Amino acid sequence: MSQKTNVLQKAGSFLFDNKVMIAFAAICVAAIVLSGSPMTFIVDGVFTRITRNTFTVLALIIPVLAGLGLNFGIVIGAVAAQIAVFCVVYWGFGGFSGMLLSVLIATPLAVLFGYLVGKLFNRMKGAEMIAGLILGYFADGLYQLLFLVIIGGIIPVNNPKLIISGGVGVKNTIDLTGNLKYAIDSVRMVDIVTVLFYVVLAITAIKVVLHLLKKYQLHKGDFILFGVVGLLFGISYIPVIERFLSTDRLGLLDALTAVLIVLAVVQIIKIVKSIWIDKKPAKNLVKPILALLGYGLIFGLTFIPEIENVLLFVKLPVLPFLLIAGLCWFNHKILSTRLGQNMRTVGQSQSVAMASGINVDQTRVIAMIISTVLASWGQLIFLQNIGTFSTYGAHTQIAQFAIAALLVGGASVQKATNKQAIIGVILFHTLFIVAPQAGKQLFDNAQIGEYFRVFVSYGVIALSLAMHAWKQFKKEVQPPTEGIDLGNSALSPMAEKQQILD
Amino acid sequence: MEDQYLLSMNNISKEYYGNRVLKGVNLKVKPGEIHALVGENGAGKSTLMNILFGMPVIYSTGGFEGEIQMSGESTSIDCPHTAMNCGIGMVHQEFMLIPEFNVTENIKLGREIGEPTAFSKIFGNLLDKMNWPQMSRDARKALDSIGMMNIEEYAKVAGMPIGYKQFVEIAREIDKTGIKLLVFDEPTAVLTEGEADRLLEIMRLIAQKGIAIIFITHRLTEVMAVADSMTILRDGEFVARKDVKEINLARIAELMIGRKVDKLVDDSLLRSRDLSDDKIALEFKNYHVDMPGERVKGMNIKIREGEIFGFGGLAGQGKIGIANGIMGLFDTQGDVYAFGKRLDLSKLGEALRNDIAFVSEDRRGVGLLLGESIERNITFSAMQIKDEFLTHIGPIKLLDKAKADQHTRDMIKLLDIRCTGTSQAAGSLSGGNQQKVCLARAITMDPKILIVSEPTRGIDIGAKKLVLEYLTKINREQGTTIVMISSELVELRSLCDRIAIVSEGKVFSVMKPDDSDAAFGLAMAGVREEEAA
Amino acid sequence: MKTLKNIYENIGLPRLIIGLFFIFLVVTSIVLGFSPAALFSDVLRRWLMYGTLVLAMVPGIQSGIGLNFGISLGISAGLLGSVFAMEISFLRNWNEVLGAGAPWLTLLLALLFGIIMAAILGTLYGMLLNRVKGSEMTVSTYVGFSVIAFMNIVWLSLAFKNGELSWPLQGRGLRNTASLSGSFGGLLSNPDVVQSTQPAWLHWLAFKIGDFTVPLGLILVFALLCFIIWLFFRSKLGIAMSAAGENQLFTTTTGINVDGKRIQGTAISTVLGAVGIILYAQTYGFLQLYNAPLMMGFASVASILIGGASVRRAKISHVLIGTLLFQGILVTALPVVNEVIEIGTLPEVLRIIISNGIILYALSKTKGGNQ
Repeated sequence: MSQKTNVLQKAGSFLFDNKVMIAFAAICVAAIVLSGSPMTFIVDGVFTRITRNTFTVLALIIPVLAGLGLNFGIVIGAVAAQIAVFCVVYWGFGGFSGMLLSVLIATPLAVLFGYLVGKLFNRMKGAEMIAGLILGYFADGLYQLLFLVIIGGIIPVNNPKLIISGGVGVKNTIDLTGNLKYAIDSVRMVDIVTVLFYVVLAITAIKVVLHLLKKYQLHKGDFILFGVVGLLFGISYIPVIERFLSTDRLGLLDALTAVLIVLAVVQIIKIVKSIWIDKKPAKNLVKPILALLGYGLIFGLTFIPEIENVLLFVKLPVLPFLLIAGLCWFNHKILSTRLGQNMRTVGQSQSVAMASGINVDQTRVIAMIISTVLASWGQLIFLQNIGTFSTYGAHTQIAQFAIAALLVGGASVQKATNKQAIIGVILFHTLFIVAPQAGKQLFDNAQIGEYFRVFVSYGVIALSLAMHAWKQFKKEVQPPTEGIDLGNSALSPMAEKQQILD
Repeated sequence: MEDQYLLSMNNISKEYYGNRVLKGVNLKVKPGEIHALVGENGAGKSTLMNILFGMPVIYSTGGFEGEIQMSGESTSIDCPHTAMNCGIGMVHQEFMLIPEFNVTENIKLGREIGEPTAFSKIFGNLLDKMNWPQMSRDARKALDSIGMMNIEEYAKVAGMPIGYKQFVEIAREIDKTGIKLLVFDEPTAVLTEGEADRLLEIMRLIAQKGIAIIFITHRLTEVMAVADSMTILRDGEFVARKDVKEINLARIAELMIGRKVDKLVDDSLLRSRDLSDDKIALEFKNYHVDMPGERVKGMNIKIREGEIFGFGGLAGQGKIGIANGIMGLFDTQGDVYAFGKRLDLSKLGEALRNDIAFVSEDRRGVGLLLGESIERNITFSAMQIKDEFLTHIGPIKLLDKAKADQHTRDMIKLLDIRCTGTSQAAGSLSGGNQQKVCLARAITMDPKILIVSEPTRGIDIGAKKLVLEYLTKINREQGTTIVMISSELVELRSLCDRIAIVSEGKVFSVMKPDDSDAAFGLAMAGVREEEAA
Repeated sequence: MKTLKNIYENIGLPRLIIGLFFIFLVVTSIVLGFSPAALFSDVLRRWLMYGTLVLAMVPGIQSGIGLNFGISLGISAGLLGSVFAMEISFLRNWNEVLGAGAPWLTLLLALLFGIIMAAILGTLYGMLLNRVKGSEMTVSTYVGFSVIAFMNIVWLSLAFKNGELSWPLQGRGLRNTASLSGSFGGLLSNPDVVQSTQPAWLHWLAFKIGDFTVPLGLILVFALLCFIIWLFFRSKLGIAMSAAGENQLFTTTTGINVDGKRIQGTAISTVLGAVGIILYAQTYGFLQLYNAPLMMGFASVASILIGGASVRRAKISHVLIGTLLFQGILVTALPVVNEVIEIGTLPEVLRIIISNGIILYALSKTKGGNQ
């Protein structure tokens, strides 16, 4: 009986905690049904948009945890990426090496920008979000100045493909076909495995050297990692597998199958471990077995023709998804370091962090640098996938949409996780894809659907900010009068200065 | 022998903006000793501790004079980090804990144990992996060492009883390696009686380990119960260092309070009046104010018409809450009667409409519109409540600039407000002149009862005298009942007809200005005279 | 020397730079041979056109809600009022029935509708802002954006008969820009419109002296609005509202309901936004719907900050100076820039940089320091 209420309570609090997400999922389902679009179209579109946008959304998580709120300043990371792309295209580089060059140019720029933004935010504590928003517009202005006036106007640039016919200013759109388009998407799996193998080989070698120098203690995990990657590299030479791996796209069905197999193997290892190694009672077996059954069920579902059709239709670019997975891993790992713990502390209370000897300002700046760099990489992934670089438009909505997506996933100004980011991207972009069609079906006007999705993206941010502010305001008690003796006299010159400035 | 002391602070002086808050103070603590630091509010205890911890507030205001020795060696402590390295720790009055973190995380805050990884070897120890098992063990050890077996090291701090939070704080200090000296700042103020006893026990336990303790408290009975020795400060001056064995409560109280009562007010004004218990101006019945940090918890008192009545007591005991409740800044319960009429304090401005005016203790925060002119500040209340200084054009009420100007000039002259003119911003005046503006605003209301809260806080001696004299004057000449709330006993004793000492949100005792120093000292500490004997 | 420093401190660095830049642009354009009369007519016109929208910032700031980025709410109310008034005027065929009086009635009706809607919306909006004290600006920015996005759906759904408003051959949806030439466009400011549609005794509303256009009607209306606001802040209510914005505790202890005053301030600000957009549209000659007003709040905020206001205090003089400088630069920059390099979008870029730069500067001044 008590267990039953417990379950009910849990279900209730789950519903309550995820109300934004659930409400949004309901809107999405309704819009999908209304639109009447085929599932192949929707799923394909959603996966394309996951490829493009997830990285940027994940870039928002660290500032949230470090107490900087939703980073409206990621626009600046995007600007860094776009400057890099322009340079690379202008210099005539392309393909994967061109992309690497873009990363090499964008990263130091983003580090610099992130550092400056972090410094600025430290001067405006408590107003980071509004400052970030305005800063985004301000940066857009400077960017336009650079691309419209300085390039061609002051720095002579001669390239009729890139420059407006008068010779001053960059064209509205830059076609990336033939240079950077699909530079990341089209990397073959074999190449990924090969590179991965050599990277792991090098890291392991360094570790062994450090170990021999007695500066590092090798442990089991290091060998397992090397073994798994080595095995993968080895089997990639088997002709059948080599043929399978020599494409750059992975069918969704194959991807799903692969993921299920890996998960199943993990569960089987758990079962084996608990029976033969730990010799624990069968209680520990319930979860793995249930999980295995679940995987089987999912795999079974893929044989339903409707679902199979969709799964066969959708092809995923492999490397972007690996990068997204890598970023999730990074977000997770960084939190288990000293830096991550410092960020969490600063995010919870700056005064306590300062009293505990944590360099609050530095931690915040590092968080901003990481976020800005990640945002710039995210923008590179976005641009290479979309294939045309809209010079003056590509970055303007990035913060807006990324933040809306994160919030839709159930995140708030103070809490965000990888899971929320991914769910958010899926829901938000599902709505983006189906809204115009739904609008057309419902009101006989596709534009209403388009405006509706814009409204939703603004509305969800407004709602979330208002709820956060409300919570903050309620938390705030009346200012204590205690300790005025010292506090007031110590502060008064500042207050006085403030008055004069006002 | 100097070096028998773990810490000796010699001849410490400190100035804040020309205001000397410490005048050659000495503080000496032996290892393993519980040393109490006692004194009234404003005696200089917090400043002394800020110096000990090298707080930025000290260095941003020009540093201090004097010398600090640790174990006989001269030490310069210029930031909290150095203090920590010297083995000095502090258990804060307001907890430095993060509620969302668990006990281990809080104990190890800022001192996490990291495990180097290949990355951190290259990029620095910020990328160390956190070693949580080791930290949990440390936290457990620290908790066990203060006898807190029942606090789980993995429990979240949010939702713990306040006492437990305090113990977590202590465990954090104990966990610091090389801790030699621990400062407890009013640790029992927020605890229940049982928790407080427990805390004193823990303090003894810690002292037995050879760690010295500086114990700051207003509760003299606790000092007698736990401390070995004490230093008494008064008005930023060193009074005495005594062993607890050689002193009693009454003597401590006397040393804390004792000072000559300056004549702050001209004698000619101090004529006696007819005060009658039948004519009551203000009455509190079971009056509660929910002001954080200054709660009033069931106050009963009658204030006679034409009286100057004082409320004294230590900070945090609730005297400040009395006025703030009537002003409508905080929720109140119980009954307040003005001239027999019950006030409905839930209605904004109720007291003002019943001829009660205030001067707030928080001049800059509550008392003034800092950015507005002197004129606006002085005329505001009367304009809003009594429709003065307005010309009526149909339904529109417009400012009557000429009238407001005239009145302001009168007030400037009357109270000797030093300013460039009626339009000078109140924020750019000196503290004393700001206080005069506050007073001018209150008397512009022409009140029957005037409540002034900390009327002389932070203002120079000349302004102080003028303000107090003026209060006496309107009391004598216009019969205004004055309720004065002040931390300055001298001030209360030089002016008031009766003084209520407030302790724990209630009136502890009502005293006459000429009662003895010891009596006042004990009342302030909340000790009955029979207990002290 | 000291007074010079005082003057400098009073003006402040950003205003000094912007002021000098404006003077530089004016001098350059005159040196380049542009007609000063035409130039100043243009500056004057733009000044008056945006003036009321900037004036709307004053009650917001004074009542304590800070920079009202949510002015879009008032703008939307004003636009709605205008389209309703125009539709009624069309349905009742006022142009035939009333002749020269038709645009006046339409204008009045638009103002009436706009003010009523803005008052209601502003009150609700004020109630929201009272719950998010301390983060008003962040919230109001996004509330402003949301309102514009919502209005987009409304504009698209309205089915009006007036051909000036609705797309031809479609049952529903309004145009992006609707011409006001047949309605109240230019009624107070455009000499051509006044001379051709109004009787002779009203010709003083807008006239030309040589090349210089004097939109006297608009000047009078704007001056009147400024005067009313000035007077308001000298009234008992206005003084209480200012105090509420300056120090909540002080005001509470004087028996004034701070939240109520904030709501009133927000409502007045919103109403002024509605009036402002109608005056803007009548000067411009077009009604801009959909996303056009999205960033207007930013321009207004930037203007008043350039004028010397802070996030907490603002005066009418800040409105006048700020709007003059901001719009003045935008007007004079275009011809000057075109002379040097041919980039038509440069003033737009300038607008973005100046307006957001000044807002950032103001924010860094108020929230500066640690904690």
